[in-house]
Amino acid sequence: MLLVFFSFQGKRAAKDEASQVRVWIVGLGLIFPMVVLAALLAYGLVVGERLLPREGANVVSVHAQARRWEWTFTYDDASEQETKGTLHIPAGRPVNVAITTTDVIHSFWVPRLAGKLDAIPGRTNILRIEADSPGTYEGTSAEFSGAGYDGFTFQVIAHDPTQWDAFLKGELNEGS
Amino acid sequence: MKALERHRKLTAIWASEPGIRGWFSTVNHTDLGRMFLVTAFFCFMVGGLLSMLIRAQLATPHSAFAGPEIYNQIFTMHGTIMMFLFAIPTFEGLAIYLLPKMLGTRDLAFPRLTAYGYWCYFFGGAMLIFSMLFGIAPDGGWFMYPPLSNAIYSPGINTDFWLIGITFVEISAIAAAVELTVSILKYRAPGMSLDKMPIFAWYALVTALMILTGFPPLILGSVLLEVERVFGLPFFQADLGGDSLLWQHLFWLFGHPEVYIIFLPAAGIVSTVLPVMCRTTLLGHGWIIAAAVALAFLSFGLWVHHMFTTGIPHMGLAFFSAASTLVAVPTGVQIFAWIGTMWKGRPELHLPMLHILGFFVTFVIGGLTGVMVAVVPFDWQAHDTAFITAHLHYVLFGGFVFPIFAGVYYWLPHFTGRRRFFHLGELAFALVFIGFHVTFLAMHWVGLLGQRRRISTYAPEDGWTTINLISSIGSFILAIGIAMILIDVILHALTASRGRRNPWRASTLEWAMMTPAPAYNVASLPHISSRDPLADDPDLAVRLARGKGYLGDPGKGWRETLTVDIASGRPDMHVIYPANTRLPILMSAVTGVFFLSLLLKFYWTVPLAILGVAALAWKWVWGLGLRDDPGMQPIGHGIELPNAAAVERSPGWWGTVFLLTANATFFGSLLFGFAFLWTVAPGWPPPVWFAASPFALSIGLFGALIGPIAMRLAVRKNRRGGSAVPAFVVAFLAALVLTISCSTMMLRTPAPSDHAYGATLFVLGGYGVFHAALAALMICFLVARVLHGFTSPARRAELPIVGLWVDYASIIGVIVLISGHLPGLVL
Repeated sequence: MLLVFFSFQGKRAAKDEASQVRVWIVGLGLIFPMVVLAALLAYGLVVGERLLPREGANVVSVHAQARRWEWTFTYDDASEQETKGTLHIPAGRPVNVAITTTDVIHSFWVPRLAGKLDAIPGRTNILRIEADSPGTYEGTSAEFSGAGYDGFTFQVIAHDPTQWDAFLKGELNEGS
Repeated sequence: MKALERHRKLTAIWASEPGIRGWFSTVNHTDLGRMFLVTAFFCFMVGGLLSMLIRAQLATPHSAFAGPEIYNQIFTMHGTIMMFLFAIPTFEGLAIYLLPKMLGTRDLAFPRLTAYGYWCYFFGGAMLIFSMLFGIAPDGGWFMYPPLSNAIYSPGINTDFWLIGITFVEISAIAAAVELTVSILKYRAPGMSLDKMPIFAWYALVTALMILTGFPPLILGSVLLEVERVFGLPFFQADLGGDSLLWQHLFWLFGHPEVYIIFLPAAGIVSTVLPVMCRTTLLGHGWIIAAAVALAFLSFGLWVHHMFTTGIPHMGLAFFSAASTLVAVPTGVQIFAWIGTMWKGRPELHLPMLHILGFFVTFVIGGLTGVMVAVVPFDWQAHDTAFITAHLHYVLFGGFVFPIFAGVYYWLPHFTGRRRFFHLGELAFALVFIGFHVTFLAMHWVGLLGQRRRISTYAPEDGWTTINLISSIGSFILAIGIAMILIDVILHALTASRGRRNPWRASTLEWAMMTPAPAYNVASLPHISSRDPLADDPDLAVRLARGKGYLGDPGKGWRETLTVDIASGRPDMHVIYPANTRLPILMSAVTGVFFLSLLLKFYWTVPLAILGVAALAWKWVWGLGLRDDPGMQPIGHGIELPNAAAVERSPGWWGTVFLLTANATFFGSLLFGFAFLWTVAPGWPPPVWFAASPFALSIGLFGALIGPIAMRLAVRKNRRGGSAVPAFVVAFLAALVLTISCSTMMLRTPAPSDHAYGATLFVLGGYGVFHAALAALMICFLVARVLHGFTSPARRAELPIVGLWVDYASIIGVIVLISGHLPGLVL
């Protein structure tokens, strides 16, 4: 922007065209963005790698199934538990969410816990989320799905270890 | 002959019919370019009104302005109209209007095709806009993801309007792209070698080639989805071997090049206008062309960055993230070349320059947010939020609308021959610039706060109320600014006083003629010896009007021009254009009947419409050609050229080559889809494989082999003065055998509606049948031409054109048959 602005200022002794090409195009046009972009790309890849769902002893597995316009959550650790519109997870432990859909494409997004991942017919996508502290986190479906899209939201409740045990045994009241 | 007398004679030859009748029969590029631009700006206004409705809806929480059903139609149509009915046709219109003038010739390669393209755009656009008036407009978002857009979740006619209407409009894009490619490569002033070609023509060439290779995947996707909706062939249904991701791949395989198809012409305008505004020449001409070509190639490797959240494997993400950041490099080269140009010259703040500055600011910000979303972890958060909406508006408004406004004000004196008088434009620019940035900066912000795109309302406790209100107020300032530009332009066109020729003291050829441009552009064609012909010779316009160039003698009453060798610019053919005709509008109307019958499910009129198009196409090509050998044609300065009917590689041959390029991309996308479903989709392998028939396969392969050989024999026979008819008969029979072999494959595919495997084979077979039958029909046409005396050893141009189609049908026929039969033979 500054360069654009200064081009209106008084002119110095004109340089020859070849050296201008060197400065503007090779220097500022080619080398400068390449260096900046390479650094940015490397950073992005490293961060992305860290966000991948990896195996671990501590990982909790849950399933999120979308349909218009409701999420149904089931839990590997408690097969009889099924919740609608609210996902329960333990705080402080990594959670793998297996995302599926029964109708159109949806997207599972809890902004404060992770990025979004799509629910695609015929596929299962695994998203790693982790809540640092107990509490309620708002989630939405972030892929347009027709008339009921506005209100297609859900909640994630992260529990401390005792409450999580209670939930798995079915002793936790909904909404507490 | 005096200049005025020459002007009168040429006008009598080239002018369109007077009055409103002329609109329907004109084939003149100046008229059609203007019609394209006016229609596209009308669509821009419609799309703009829709965007104001969107902002009105989002200005307050719990808005009761429009319910989701209506709101979904509004935003879908806003995106669709702006992309397909405004941006692409604006490029087409500007290029159609400007290019022959810049290249120093009299019209584009195929004048009737220009008109056909315009009317396809007009009728297709009208279909979409009417659907909106009746409240049955598409409502699935402008990228129409299935399964949301399939027959189960979108049972109404809304989606069909999109799929059929857009495909209809795309015909005009393909037509214009073929036309522009051939025109830029062949229809230039003598001496204009590729390196002396104006920079805008380079950009237009790259853009046209991108349309030829970028649009077919979308056309294929639309055809497949419409076939799925109507006949239940499950290309995108996961439980039947289809995959909804296939649509996303096909759509973005088109959709990302589309962004550069929109940006490159705008960059062409900047590269043309900026040096004139800075009283200098473009810095790094060659670098800029290289950057544009690099962008074109890279843009085809980026499409997956629209799909970062679909669960693509991480290695794939890394590759496409790298490609997406890499694409910023050629863009950076262009930006810095432009800034360097400004440093080199002395910028003057005329109105076009203001818009170029607006472009710089806006586009650079859009580019920076673009780099942000190319970083995958950031995209996982920002994807499908208002941040993306804001980013894409910065890129498209900054990268297209500002340059277009710069171009409009730059070429307005050319369109009207008038001098600017009302200085409303400066104020309008200020309003547009401020309004735009208020609207979309706010939208970035609210997107980062988590507002999803495409929601029709939100709650006060979301905390987005103030920002949305600011954004809405900004959008109304923007709308007022654009309305003022419209008023400024209309006032200018109606009332301003006559201006002088070449008001900007530009150096390109479009200013070497009187303004508004006469129907024939230039009374004689210049000889070009540098990149800046008007700077070398400011009196060029006068000399051309006096007939000092080539083809300055209107005596024969033909619409004449000449073509040049692609690289060197040496003249190589003499061309006679067809005159005014209503055939293009008639043919596009019948094409419209075909699409409308599909839309309204009047299936009995579909074959009638196909027959109608075939009959009109027959009449179309029949009208060309000569019954006597033309001999060498004098073009002035002692040069004689052969007529286009008497060469091996006529303009029609070149047009066919590029049309087949687009067609091959379509076929390639279909094969990609087949391979993608086979390897990636859930629900494979299919329950039954196609039962291979060695007999049907071998007679098909035999036909595919014999056809091209017979056509080559026919060409040779004709050149030696013998009768080509026996060879044509053999080629016809071969095409017929290939047709039959492909039809048996179509008929014998295992139930196409049960599994995507059968469905894809069915479509592949249909593609083979269509092309083999088309080749057979074309051979019949040639036989009729021979019998009516249209061919001779000299008049041989039509034979190689049909030869190309026969070759193409054979190649795709072999691939179709093998991909159908081979699995059954091997597995």
